[in-house]
Amino acid sequence: MKPMKQLRNLILGAAALLAGAAGQQAAAESLTAVSFGGAYGAAQKKHMIDPYMAKSGNKILFEDYKGGIAEIKAQVKAGNILWDVVDIEVIDLERACSEGLLEVIPRSILPPGEDGTPAIKDFIPAALANECGVGVIVWTIIYAYNEKTIGGNKPSTIADFFDTKKFPGKRAMRKRPQVNMEWALIADGVAPGEVYKVMATKEGQARALAKLDTIKKDIVWFDSWSQAPQLLNDGGAVMVQSANGRIFDAIKKDKKPFTMVWDNHVYDLDVWAVVKGTKKKKMAFDFISFATGTKPLSGMTDVAYGPTRKSSGKYIDPAVVPNLPTSYLDKGVKADGIFWADFGESLGEKFNEWLLK
Amino acid sequence: MAQKPIILSAEETVSARRELFRRKFMAFAFVSPLLLFLLFAFVAPISTMLYRSFYNPTVAVLIPQTIAAMKTWEGKSVPGTDVTAVFAAELKQLAKKRLSGQLAEALNRVRPGLSSIVKSTARKMRRAEDADLKEKGTELLMEANGVWAEKSTWRAVARAGKVYTVDNFLTALDLETNESGSIQRREATQIYVALYTKTLRIALIITVLSLLLGYPLAYYLANAPSKLANALMLMVLLPFWTSLLVRTTSWIALLQTNGVVNSTLIWSGLIDTPLELLYTQFSTVIAMTHILLPFMILPLYSVMKGIDPSYMRAALSMGSKPVPAFIRIYLPMSLPGLSAGALLVFIISVGYYITPALVGGTDGQMISNIIAFHMQQSNNWELAAALGTLLLILIVALYWTYDRLVGAGNIKLG
Amino acid sequence: MSKFPHYFSIWDKASHYGLKWTAWAVLFFLMLPILVIIPLSFNVEPYFTFTDGMLRLDPDAYSLRWYKEIFSDDKWVLAIQNSFFIGIFAALLATVIGTVAAVGLSRPEMPFKRLITALLLSPMIVPLIIIAAGMFFFYTRFNLVGSYLGLIIAHATLGTPFVIITVTAALTGFDRSLYNAALSAGAAPLKAFWDIVVPLIRPGVISGGLFAFVTSFDEVVLVLFLAGPGQRTIPKQMFSGLREQINPTILAVATLLIVVSVAFLMTLEFLRRRAERIRSGQ
Repeated sequence: MKPMKQLRNLILGAAALLAGAAGQQAAAESLTAVSFGGAYGAAQKKHMIDPYMAKSGNKILFEDYKGGIAEIKAQVKAGNILWDVVDIEVIDLERACSEGLLEVIPRSILPPGEDGTPAIKDFIPAALANECGVGVIVWTIIYAYNEKTIGGNKPSTIADFFDTKKFPGKRAMRKRPQVNMEWALIADGVAPGEVYKVMATKEGQARALAKLDTIKKDIVWFDSWSQAPQLLNDGGAVMVQSANGRIFDAIKKDKKPFTMVWDNHVYDLDVWAVVKGTKKKKMAFDFISFATGTKPLSGMTDVAYGPTRKSSGKYIDPAVVPNLPTSYLDKGVKADGIFWADFGESLGEKFNEWLLK
Repeated sequence: MAQKPIILSAEETVSARRELFRRKFMAFAFVSPLLLFLLFAFVAPISTMLYRSFYNPTVAVLIPQTIAAMKTWEGKSVPGTDVTAVFAAELKQLAKKRLSGQLAEALNRVRPGLSSIVKSTARKMRRAEDADLKEKGTELLMEANGVWAEKSTWRAVARAGKVYTVDNFLTALDLETNESGSIQRREATQIYVALYTKTLRIALIITVLSLLLGYPLAYYLANAPSKLANALMLMVLLPFWTSLLVRTTSWIALLQTNGVVNSTLIWSGLIDTPLELLYTQFSTVIAMTHILLPFMILPLYSVMKGIDPSYMRAALSMGSKPVPAFIRIYLPMSLPGLSAGALLVFIISVGYYITPALVGGTDGQMISNIIAFHMQQSNNWELAAALGTLLLILIVALYWTYDRLVGAGNIKLG
Repeated sequence: MSKFPHYFSIWDKASHYGLKWTAWAVLFFLMLPILVIIPLSFNVEPYFTFTDGMLRLDPDAYSLRWYKEIFSDDKWVLAIQNSFFIGIFAALLATVIGTVAAVGLSRPEMPFKRLITALLLSPMIVPLIIIAAGMFFFYTRFNLVGSYLGLIIAHATLGTPFVIITVTAALTGFDRSLYNAALSAGAAPLKAFWDIVVPLIRPGVISGGLFAFVTSFDEVVLVLFLAGPGQRTIPKQMFSGLREQINPTILAVATLLIVVSVAFLMTLEFLRRRAERIRSGQ
């Protein structure tokens, strides 16, 4: 019968196409690596992803995310792992690791430095401090302004960032409590060394939110670091909180008239971590051991992020050194991952309620 | 023509009934593949969401022994060492298996602030020896943090331990249960009721705007010469079938700080500094009105097409003025299209997600956005499910009204 | 001679012109976003705004740069492939079971007609965020999250109401006696259906299928919840682009999508005219 035959052919054809697509997916060994995109993502693609694909023949789907642990948590909670390797901020790492969202990475997979130094000694201690991650960069959160829009008065401290009278205009901040609350307390007069102690108390938390409240209507919130230089460029904000590399890249590559303010920058590390329960654990480890080698790590200085291996030093362009966060450590505050592991949940909730108020 | 009554014999009645049944069955058989498909692909997922809104097994699964031991506890004082020591031991196990974070999260939802305490306590318990925990687990717990000596903490644990709970609905309605167990308004920030109100208000504004814009256009089209009307109709249908994201993208280009609207206004000298248009409630309303306007125009147009112009003409020739004639005659006749369009626009805008997410900023967020937030950011799926259930109830009520008034089968696609 | 009857007052004339201008203003409002986006996509600068050069119609201010960017970016290419792949299969699935159901639904003997119609059309009405959340919870159990099959099923769900509506519309006024005559002449039911009903409803089926395809092609909420990194689609890519890195590539994609919708609209118009011809031919 003609109609039956047509129908059968249609179904068979569809099935063949579907099977083809499914087969295509399975045939190429592919790993999903997730990072922050923008200038940083481009540097990682150039120095880690592409060389790894060329060397191993494996395929990597390189995705962007905006940080935080929510998406990893959703995958683990649902038992549906979509990501394999994630670049995660240490401020979130401690929490992700203690909540069982990440695999423990055995140190034995890490190759020695090019000069032969064993990995354990070659990495700076902070890079291997948490068993779930291997350090990729030392970076920091600063704020920057646009010379064109700031006016005659130039801000120079965190207190200036919170001073809308002296420096009117929008400020762009990343939409989460981390670092914003630290800065609020510093702007309110808390000594940088005391910040986390104060923030552990209810009064301290209320104080930080109260300080943020004073500039709330002048804040433009963004989700992803790559939005920061854009907002500064297109006039969305006169000052933006940013990862230092993004601003550095905009100044260096696009010749933007941006200035960074290093007062009480909050410095941190990024690590590669592996999502718990991934089916491609072996390949994930293989990628990490490649990507945290001496040479790939040194490439991160393209965007003014410090490498986490001492042996990478010899590849660094001396002109970049003054722009690395490591040159300003005396002015900075170390982000406290343990604090945020304990308080991330409750402060996240408080912060969101404050936002919606 | 007079018809002779047909009298059926008993057998004929039976066979006619059988035939009717057969036909009913055939009709149903045609529909059944789609029904089964929707049952799996659509109804079951939504039922799962409804179930999730009051099913809350996390704590009961994580600390089963503690919850079991608390069965007999009456809540009048801090529970005895039979509970606290068991809890300390289970906490250690959780910390070892890296699951204490889950417990912290669940308890924090019942009592904000508990999360950091649970985590730090779990870390301390992990360091303790098993034997010590068995002997003086209670003491170690009390040493770790003072809140374990408060009965309100344990009440929170008991509450979180309930597998079936209405707590998510209470939170979704800005309510909570107090010490004595009665329901009261939530003491902390109240968010959700205000958000529902705001969502309904925005939806209402959008509906009214679409009506104000759509009615004259539909009237004009319905009374224009058919060639012109057909050509102009394409200008309604093209935006209608243009991707939602394309239109939203375009509104971003139009409304941003240095966008087309601001540049035009500055160039024309009306303003000096750019207005803040994007990422506001205003941009949500404008972009959504644009997107939903065809849903208003299409039913209005098709009803107006069917209105015989001779009624108006008759009224006018009998001396009635055009405007009063319009109000007394035309408007009531166009009411079916008006109510269909208005309800459809209202229903769709109440549950809208994409446009507010992209152009709404903080101010223009609607209830769908907060559901997405709890699904993807805060990972509070149970609360998301409860908020979704309330939204669904609202939509079903509106859809029911629509079905009564218009008939669901009469949705127009242009 | 006046254009208006003598009994029109000034107020009435004003409202006549008012109506006309309002109607045109609303049409302008409807078309503006579409008209604005097309020239912007040829901007040589990486911004969403008209540059001075563009306003002076300086050819150097325009370029095809963003169009080239689409096709040299793996992510966009994958997204385009996926959108078509998922869209076609979702539309096929929706069209097949939707058409069959519409045939049953338009029979006069259909039991619980009103209730079942309301149920079958409800995927159009229930907010996407609710469907997305529910599907995320439920599909996870069957490993359908992060798979093509899951997205195809999800999008077919959204497409079926459109097929039901268009096919039911094509079937209204269909003379059942033709079909019954074929049956009593000894034709097998399926053959009778294929030879008699199908040609009649074909325009309805095709436009229903097109609607289902476009629904899937344009859908992003379910994709955001159900797709894995391998299943990015055009709308998802646009959504994340708009949220994170605003870049005129999105405008170029948007312009291409407008071309697609124009083609779609023309096909629909063609089908509508054909359906009218078929019906008036009877």
